[in-house]
Amino acid sequence: MQQTLPAPRAMLGAGSTPAGRGRWALVRRLRQNRGAVVGFALLAVVIALALAAPLVTTHDPIKINPPARNLGPSPEHWMGTDQFGRDVFTRVVYGARISLPVGLIAVAIAAVVGTVLGLLAGYYGRLVDGAVMRVIDIMLAFPGILMALVVVAILGASLQNVMIAVGISEIPRYTRLVRGSVLSARENLYVDAARITGLRDAAILFRHILPNVVGPMVVLATLSVGSAILAAAGLSFLGLGAQPPRPEWGAMLADGRQFLGSHWWIATMPGFAIALTVLAINMAGDGLRDVLDPRLQSR
Amino acid sequence: MLAYARTRVLLTLPVLLGVSLLTFMILHLIPGDPARMLLGDMGGGSAAGDVSDEAYENLREELGLNDPLPVQYANYLTSALQGDFGRSFQTNRPVRESIAEVLPYTVQLTVVGLGLAVLIGGLLGVIAALHRNTWVDSATMAVSLVGLAMPSFWLGFILIQVFSLRLAWLPSTGSGDLTTLILPAATLGLVASGVVARLVRSTMLEVLRQEYVTTARAKGLGERIVIVRHALRNALIPVVTIVGLQFGALLAGAVIVETVFARRGLGRLAVESILRRDYPMVQATILVAAVGYVLVNLLVDLSYAWLDPRIKYS
Repeated sequence: MQQTLPAPRAMLGAGSTPAGRGRWALVRRLRQNRGAVVGFALLAVVIALALAAPLVTTHDPIKINPPARNLGPSPEHWMGTDQFGRDVFTRVVYGARISLPVGLIAVAIAAVVGTVLGLLAGYYGRLVDGAVMRVIDIMLAFPGILMALVVVAILGASLQNVMIAVGISEIPRYTRLVRGSVLSARENLYVDAARITGLRDAAILFRHILPNVVGPMVVLATLSVGSAILAAAGLSFLGLGAQPPRPEWGAMLADGRQFLGSHWWIATMPGFAIALTVLAINMAGDGLRDVLDPRLQSR
Repeated sequence: MLAYARTRVLLTLPVLLGVSLLTFMILHLIPGDPARMLLGDMGGGSAAGDVSDEAYENLREELGLNDPLPVQYANYLTSALQGDFGRSFQTNRPVRESIAEVLPYTVQLTVVGLGLAVLIGGLLGVIAALHRNTWVDSATMAVSLVGLAMPSFWLGFILIQVFSLRLAWLPSTGSGDLTTLILPAATLGLVASGVVARLVRSTMLEVLRQEYVTTARAKGLGERIVIVRHALRNALIPVVTIVGLQFGALLAGAVIVETVFARRGLGRLAVESILRRDYPMVQATILVAAVGYVLVNLLVDLSYAWLDPRIKYS
């Protein structure tokens, strides 16, 4: 199916087969998704700012400069300065250098551990499945940030532990997704064929079953980078993650709370940065889901 | 229904046991010795190392730390079932008292927040579904997308800036009368309403496609009656599940919102206890929150089965 017409979104995946189209078909379909374009563009800006932080900022993110404290937004400091005279814009930009990797690493932890557990549970079934899924059920009894609180309580408060904590708390989503996909992929003839030819379990799992799961997993991973950034910033806001003077967005908000009435920009700007980054990631993820959704493709 | 209820309740028991085991393990997985930690705090300024070995051994015995782990867990479980969570490392008060003090505030906040989330999110979702693929739909979904990306602590700050500091209508902090509840509950509710709106929209669209809606229209019923009596009623059933899931999100959100508004509550107690290394308090607050969440979801599932007789446990 040549996509010369601006087909409605639901139709986009319908005619094309996943195989033989390659990556460019995907990019083309993404480009027709307005939300995805905006999301990826915003995200590109955030990533570019983070990478070029020393070039786009003119001040030091950590060094204190008392004479310049609590200045309102101006051409020199267009997001103002904080109670220690540091340029808020500089700190917000450097904050992206913390929050983006934190989100990515947390999701990487969740995706790797969750996927392995899901593969094992789905492929071996019975006892392994029972054991893994009971553990997942227990983890799910701690909603949202509560599971992360348990981990931080055990490991102690630090940015590194927040990454681990958020990562662990997101494991169940991946395990459930992968297990479900494996359960259906396992029934395919080619899996039987692979088994008959004497392939080892590991080879079957990674070469023949895992590829079935990649699409939905990419979508879940993209969307969960957003929630991981939110959770990690929340923990730092509570004082359980990054500690001052590190320019972490959540910690900056906590720092600025006492100046809400007099110097609103100190807490408002980093909050805006979090919301914008997470919004960009979610829009990109929604777009990816529309394009990659296996239910649309198989129809 | 009864068979379903029995299976569902039985399935909850191992989860509750697991939850208690995990919170029990907190005290044993932390680096360091709880008895030394406790002596360090209570020794009136003396460092942990100065405490006599005898006092240390007595305390270990008293806390039951010398028993084998399974015995300790059994003891922990039986006391917890009787509402005895030990004493705070910090104040030496029974943990149960502190929790009983703050729990009503968290319940109040979560329930009102949930009500607001369902009300706002439900309304937005229905409006979006009824105006599918128009600018109303896009605008509503854009609002919910922004809601999903908003950190609750930032929204809380914005509400404080506008309603307490500029307009001076509402207090920004505290946990006294009803006026102190409005802003925290609004923060919690608004953040959750984004998710609710999206879920209600897709449920409503699903229901509007059903044959009974077409039938109702075909027999000449007014659009309002079709929507309210046929579509909305059936769309509400899945919303019950949403309420269960959102309750967890709100409970977790309360941790942050309580800190933003310096409000008493379970979440703030948990965070402060973690920062003070008051482990019995950490264990109990987290246990109470998780058990509360599991039980609410049990109730939600049961009421769901009751509302929709088609549901069977497979």
